[in-house]
Amino acid sequence: MTVWIAIGATAVGCYLVKFLGLSAPAGLLERPLVRRLAALLPVALLAALTAQETFSEGRHLLLDAKAAGVAAAVVALLLRAPFLLIVAVAVAVTAGVRALGG
Amino acid sequence: MAKQRAQAGTRQTAPRRARGAPAEHAVRAVAPLPQRPDSAVIRDALGVGVAVGLSGFAFGVTSAGAGLSVWQSCALSLLVFTGASQFALVGALAAGGNPLTAAAGAFFLGVRNAFYGLRLSAVLGYRGAVRPLAAHWIIDETSAVALAQPDRRSARLGFTVTGLSLYVLWNLTTLGGALGARALGDTDAWGLDAAGPAVFVALLAPMLRSTVERCTAGLAVLLLLVTLPLVPAGVPVLLAALAAPVVLAVHGRRRRAPAPGEAIPEAPVPQERAGASHDAAKEDRA
Repeated sequence: MTVWIAIGATAVGCYLVKFLGLSAPAGLLERPLVRRLAALLPVALLAALTAQETFSEGRHLLLDAKAAGVAAAVVALLLRAPFLLIVAVAVAVTAGVRALGG
Repeated sequence: MAKQRAQAGTRQTAPRRARGAPAEHAVRAVAPLPQRPDSAVIRDALGVGVAVGLSGFAFGVTSAGAGLSVWQSCALSLLVFTGASQFALVGALAAGGNPLTAAAGAFFLGVRNAFYGLRLSAVLGYRGAVRPLAAHWIIDETSAVALAQPDRRSARLGFTVTGLSLYVLWNLTTLGGALGARALGDTDAWGLDAAGPAVFVALLAPMLRSTVERCTAGLAVLLLLVTLPLVPAGVPVLLAALAAPVVLAVHGRRRRAPAPGEAIPEAPVPQERAGASHDAAKEDRA
């Protein structure tokens, strides 16, 4: 039951922020500061999420096979690999390093 | 087409559109971009939708591993439909967190979608009954694809195709992952935990077009790594988001102090003499 409460609260909350953003008055966007902030926030959030999912497990920082996988993804990205290949490279390298005992 | 768009961007090294990951810089291109053929938009949208949609498998597996039932895993993908929040929620529940604290962390991660919505409302221009439906599909990937398009028609097409393909696949693969979790055993051994960050990297890279974006990303990473061991799960990402206003404030202050040799804005020219004084101004500068 507690799990369903968590699911319900998350679903309602996450939907409401999506809807609020889409329904905010258009005038809000015409202010340059708001526009620049809205453009820059995803950069900060995506960078933070990348670092969090790469270098942590729960509340602990760690450097493991995932870091090698994500590094390989960055190389694939610089070589202009297609999106699916970038993800596949990360998964394969992570699995490979783990198989080798990394 | 791809060539023209790359030239319109600010960096030579900007990843090509053909890669499938969204090119944010296209949004800011100054010249009116030629209309994109529908097929190109659909190809990009499907590239993102299919790749990320398939990673719902990793979510299904993780969710089942965290002790959620198949129904609960599927309900999350159907009703929450924003990956980072879903992963955060099942992680917090697995750690034995209070359901509302767990939901708060997931909610904070979802707050970024409000800012995507803020930008998308002008680009998509949806009205009436479509808007509450479209809202459910506002996530990193649909926003990135839609915002990379040169006009409303392409943006709507990109948003719809990405949203539909991702929603359908994400839910099907969540079900498959939840059902197949036992068969697969240790999912980390398959490297599936690297899929999430790899997706984020591919989405982020095209956004890093200038120093402001790169400083923001760097500061966000630093803030996250420093605060992660200190504050409850979900909060470090929010603290890291402060990198955006901080970098903007510092950048704004620097710009307000005029650099030496910076051009002084021209005074408005009276209408009847506009042509002549414009030429004169040019000669002055030469």
